Order: sequence, then structure tokens, then C-alpha cells
Amino acid sequence: MSTQTPALRLEGIVKTFPGVRALDGVSFSVMPGEVHALMGENGAGKSTLMKVLGGIYQPDEGQIFIAEDATVMSSPLQAKSKGVVFIHQELSLADELSVAENIYLGELPRKSLGRVDWEKLYAQTDDILKTLNVGFNARTKVGDLSIANQQMVEIARALTVEPRAVIFDEPTASLTDAEKVVLFEVIADLQSRDVGVIYISHRMEEIFKITDRISVLRDGQYRGTLNTKETNEEEVTQLMIGRKLDLSRNEMTHSLGPVALEVRNLSCGKLFENVSFTVREGEVVGFYGLVGAGRTEIAETIFGLREPSGGEILLDGEGVTVHSPADAIARGISLVPEDRKGQGLVLGMNCRDNMTLPQVDDMTAGPFVSDGAEIAIFDQYRDKLDIRTPGWRQMVGNLSGGNQQKIVIGKWLSMHPKVLIVDEPTRGIDVGSKSEIHNLIRELAAQGYAVIVISSEMPEVLHVSDRIVAMYAGKVTREFTAAEVTEDGLIQAISGL
Amino acid sequence: MANFKRKDLVKQGAIWAFIVAELIFFSIAGEFLSVSEKAFMDFDNMLLLLKQSAPIGIIAVGMTIIMVNGNIDLSVGATFALAAIVLLDSMTWPFMQAMGNWAIPLAWLFALATGVILGAINGLIVWKTGVDAFIVTLGSMLGYRGLVFIYNGEQPTSHLNWTLVDFAEAQFLGLHTATWFLLGVVLLCWLLMTRTVHGRNAYAIGNNREAAVNAGIRVGPHFLWNFMLIGFLAALSAVVFYSESGSVNPNDGMLYELWAITAVVLGGTKLSGGYGSIISTLGGVIAIQLLRKGLGHIGADTETVNLVIGLILIAVLFLDRQLNRKGKEELRT
Repeated sequence: MSTQTPALRLEGIVKTFPGVRALDGVSFSVMPGEVHALMGENGAGKSTLMKVLGGIYQPDEGQIFIAEDATVMSSPLQAKSKGVVFIHQELSLADELSVAENIYLGELPRKSLGRVDWEKLYAQTDDILKTLNVGFNARTKVGDLSIANQQMVEIARALTVEPRAVIFDEPTASLTDAEKVVLFEVIADLQSRDVGVIYISHRMEEIFKITDRISVLRDGQYRGTLNTKETNEEEVTQLMIGRKLDLSRNEMTHSLGPVALEVRNLSCGKLFENVSFTVREGEVVGFYGLVGAGRTEIAETIFGLREPSGGEILLDGEGVTVHSPADAIARGISLVPEDRKGQGLVLGMNCRDNMTLPQVDDMTAGPFVSDGAEIAIFDQYRDKLDIRTPGWRQMVGNLSGGNQQKIVIGKWLSMHPKVLIVDEPTRGIDVGSKSEIHNLIRELAAQGYAVIVISSEMPEVLHVSDRIVAMYAGKVTREFTAAEVTEDGLIQAISGL
Repeated sequence: MANFKRKDLVKQGAIWAFIVAELIFFSIAGEFLSVSEKAFMDFDNMLLLLKQSAPIGIIAVGMTIIMVNGNIDLSVGATFALAAIVLLDSMTWPFMQAMGNWAIPLAWLFALATGVILGAINGLIVWKTGVDAFIVTLGSMLGYRGLVFIYNGEQPTSHLNWTLVDFAEAQFLGLHTATWFLLGVVLLCWLLMTRTVHGRNAYAIGNNREAAVNAGIRVGPHFLWNFMLIGFLAALSAVVFYSESGSVNPNDGMLYELWAITAVVLGGTKLSGGYGSIISTLGGVIAIQLLRKGLGHIGADTETVNLVIGLILIAVLFLDRQLNRKGKEELRT
């Protein structure tokens, strides 16, 4: 293979964002006809690297070569015209339009007077759809398709041009097994046409099934490339997390109290079904699964944001119906949401006001909000959680991710909850602050809170949880105690194996 | 086009069912309440209704395109008034008067060009500054109206040209000139939105702007074209209307933007963009005009008419929301 020219080569790519060196001199190449896996933990820099490649970001340093020609990718459109096609993980479709219009978005075939050549459009689209072997046609409205089928539409977009390199970003996240087979056939077909394929995924079985080489990123740095045939999961994992499979389990250091929250056969439409689990005081229960497995939706249901279609929620052994978040808060349930900036904080407000937001109605002196009471609460939790901010007047938007997350946690602790649900506690938080948040979660459990941690990062779940509930496609597949859990077992449980 | 689903049929048929219901209601109620001898569904009355729908209708068609695009244009009423002033005033200029009736097409051209230029200003600002169209056109609504007042103070601008009046009052195949213009605009814009790349891109941009940008559609120039189009249509509406009336008050066309938006929304176009149909907007325009005429027919005054139309608009949007709910799985708000 070394005699061939790479279809695509990146050299010394550096990309910094304020405060973060997201990519630190990454070099990487993919050969024609090769499937090259790109792996790394969340936040390792995979997406940033792919966005540089797809023309969405400009690198600060380094160069991109297409067939050994140095190229500047100035826009997604330009990348596509150079034969680099990006299949997004998040769907980028117009759901009111037909499948054909979406596949040829921006390049609809024309007749005279700017009219759309519908016949040609539908014929070309049906040809592409035939190779994908899907159950819908060119005229179907995208909004009427399942998420998995929408993903197939996204994949079909790659087949409208003669690509040199196709990037798949977690393409199987929402596909069924049958659809995966089709996807792998598409990839094999691309391979046989000498297209270089970059395949990003967390699923080891897929990686070992279809890829030729595996490159690993960690903390924005390139950590090496392995030949798939000559390596194994352990070696890859070691490169990814930077240590041998010591996943530093949590060891229980305190005794548990009575059951604080019990959920029996809880369902919410098709989002999740028959979910049962318990959380005891002083215990951290981790929820692990792929995106879309229904973990966040369970949290939202317990917190009163969604209406359950069946099942029971018991607090301290008593059945309760939670009608709204206000109701949940009054009963001692708090939720630190997944999207910190969108759902957890008012970024343009200062630290104090963010922290006292849920209880500001009760903090009045006469008709006015009592400044003193608010500042007292802020001071208390700043000290308790070690929040580093110049003062309460600081806009939350100016704090680091870790300190922002502490503000959210402080906000909910000040409501004196019994049950604290933390969804993706360290998303977008740098490595150093991560362990601080982890320690904080352990401490909170030691103080007697019942804590639920939802996470997509295995080391995190292993590190903080006393028990781990694994979910796949809306169902609980297995429950592990910290002592018995293995990485293999977890992966199998969340992959529905 | 795409396979029709029952829900789409219900959505697109709803406005026409509403019109039929109005016709039945006013015909029956008219028998008991009307002060007039004539039946409500009298043929001439219906022809007149179409003619009266034309000024708002032509603007509403342009508004549909703008709203499918995900924008809005609040300045159309002021554009309408300014184009009308240019139309009438230009015919009094000495060199125009020397041209006799040849001044008419030239005056039309001046008026239409005014609309296109005002629209282009809106479009350029939206494109180049990235400021929301609501704010931009709110500003230009005030600004263009200011120009109207600067032109002739509080005085009306008048000029009657009898050739022009004859043309405007003509009936071809039974339909008035204004009605023909309305139907022509509906047909052309319907073709534009359903058959051309420009039209389909408008839906894509309104539906998912990021996806459109990622696919390489040039969103800014696209907006510019559509603002020029609605400016042209607002001016066309003025040309059709004032050819007949011959006198513009500086307050004419006020609230037209809101009537146009009301008609568009009644026709089922989404405020957020990406969904809507020109034909349904025509239905919305006719439905509003029917309500006005019908309520007048049974003796209601203007204030009551506005109250009823307002209530119906809110009721329609509420129904639409209920129809579009995804069921119990949805997040509570």
C-alpha cells in the first residue's frame, strides 16, 4: 500500500479554540480503497478534525493534500467539489421536501427557465436508492421517514458525485441490523471503486469487521495507527484512554441508605419501555447506552417533562405522579440537563442569578428580591463546590465549562434535593475539570444524595457508579454492580447483543 | 409531486372547506338578516368579491414566498402607497403629459421599478447585515411611509386618466382587470414555487437553513430575489388598484402587511418557513374577503368584522397546532 498515493492526507493540523487546543499537530492519511477507522473518546478531537477536512473549520496550521496536491478547503461545497463528502451524524435534511430534493439539494437538475427537471431528478434518485435497497422512493416526503431511513437519505447524498473520500460520522447510531448490512455493502462498493473511506464509530465490533486500519486520537493528539488485522480491542482501548485497561472502578467507601427512588415498568410511548430500577440514598447509579437509547428521556419523565404512558415512580416507597418540573423540584428531584448551555444556564446572566433561579420567587423582602439572601446562597455553594469565579457578578457565559457545570449543580443542590439526576456531567469539559466533577459526584453520594449519572463515556460511568444500568433501544438490557462490570459486558449490553 | 398523505390533504383542503362553510352560512343567514334584496351568492357579487380581493391578494402571494423562505416583509403597505404615488404623480410631469396615453405604460414602469428598488433595499440589508427580516422590514415600513409623507405632506396625490380608468374597469370574459391580474400572479408564482429550482430552494432554505447552506445554496442572493419580487408585487397591486381610483392618501396601504400575513397564515403557510402553498394563500385571501363582505351583508359593522377575523385566525392556528402535535411523547411546555 505504501507505494500508492493517499486519496487524502492531513499533515500537522493544529486548531485552537479560545482556551482549548482541540487539535495538536494531527497527521493522518487514507489510501484509495481503504476503510480507515478514526477512534477516540468524546472530546478527543475527531469531529474537529473532520470539520477541518470538510471545510467547515480552517486549520491554524498544517495542510490538507488530495492525491498529494496541497488544497485549502474553504467551504463544505468546495470540499464536495474536490470529492470529499461528509455524511453528518446529525441529520441535515429538509423534512418538508421529498427524498429526491434532499439528495440533490443545492444541485437540482435544471431545464430551461430554471425549471426543475423532475423526471431526471426522480430517475437519478431511484437509481441511487436501488443500490441502497431501501423501502421508500424518490418522491417520499423526508418527514414521513423513520430516523434510520433519514440516515439512509443522508448516505445516499454521498453517491451523487464521484467521491475520492467519504467520511462517515457514526453512521450506524440509528440504524437497524438489516440497514447496517446495506450500509456495509455501500462501503464495500465505495472501496471497490477506489474511494477512501474514513469511518468514525465507537462500536468495536463494526470497526473490526469492516476497517483496514485504525487511527487513534486522544486529547487532540495523534496517538498512532494500527493495522486492524494485527491488533485487538485491548490495544485500541489502551491507545484511546491512555492507560491499560485499568478503568479505575469506583470502590464503595460508605454504606447505603434506604431506597430513595424506585421506578417500576416505566414507559413513554416508543421512547422507552418497561424500565425498572432503584436508587438508594448515598448511591450513584450510572446509565450507560448509545445516543438515542432512551436514557435522557427517562430522566425527563422522572423530572415531569414528559408524560409516562405507563408504570410507576416511587419516592421513599410512595407512589407519586409528577406533573411538571415544578412538581418534581417540590418533591426533591433535580435534573442537571445534558445541554448545559441550552438547557441548564442563562448564559447572559450572572453567577448568582443563575444559581438562585429556581427559588427566586421565595427570596423576597417586601415586593423586591432580597439581594442578601441571594448572595448568601451563592457564597455557600461557591465554597462548597469550589467554583472559581472572580465574583457573583461574572456572566456565566465567561466561565469555563467545568465551573459552569458546578453552577448548575450548585443551583440544584440549593434546592435540597433527595434525588439528583446528572445528564452527561462532563460533556465539553476539559480533562482536568472532568475528574473534579467526578469527585464532586462521589462526594455528593457520600453525603447521602441519591444520584443518577447518565453518560455516554465508559470511563466516566465506570469511575463514578456503584451500579450501572445498561440500555439499548429504549430497554434496560442489564444491570451491573461496580464489582462485576467488565468493559466487554457493557459494550455487549448497550449494543443489544 | 410527493405522495399525498391524508394529513396533507386535510391541511390543503381545509381553507376551501372553510370558504364553502362561509358561503353556506352567509347565504342562509342572509335570508333572515340581510337588509339587501339580493342573495349573497349573487353572481355579480361574487365577481366583485374577487376584484376586491386583488390588492391584498397580489401582495399575499408575494408574502407567501417570503414566508416560505423563513422571512417576513412588513414594509409592503408602505411600498404599496409609495408606488401608487409614483404612478399617479409621474403622469402629471410635463414630459409625461406631452406623451399623451403613452405616458401610461411609462408610469406603470416607474411604479413597478419603485417597488423593485424598495424590495431590493430590504433584501440587501437582510443579506448583507444578517439582521432578522422582521426587524429590517419593521424599520423600512416606517422609513418608506416617511417617504410617502415627504412626497406630498398630508395631501392626497390625485390624477385621473380616463383611458386608464376604462382599462381598469374593463371586464374580459366576465372577470375584471384586477381579477385577471390576481389570477395571473397566482398562476405564475405557483409555477415558480412548484416547478423551478428557485422555488424548491426557497422551501429548502425555509425548512432547514443550515442544510441548505451545507448543500451550497446561496441563501443571501436568494433572499434578495424574493424581496425584489414582493416589492414588485406590492407595486403591481398599487398599479392595479390606483389605475381605477386615481387618488392616493398618504395613509393608504396601512395594515396591508398584516392583512396579507393573515391571509397567508389562514392558508396554512408556516410562520417558521419551509411549508406553504400559493393556491392555499389565494384561499385565505378569498376567505377573508368573504368574511368581510358576508358580515357586512348581515349588517355587522367594521369593528365586529375585525374582531371576528381576529378570533378566527387564533382559532385556526390553535387547530393547526393540535393537528401537528406528535402525541403524548412530546415534551411538555
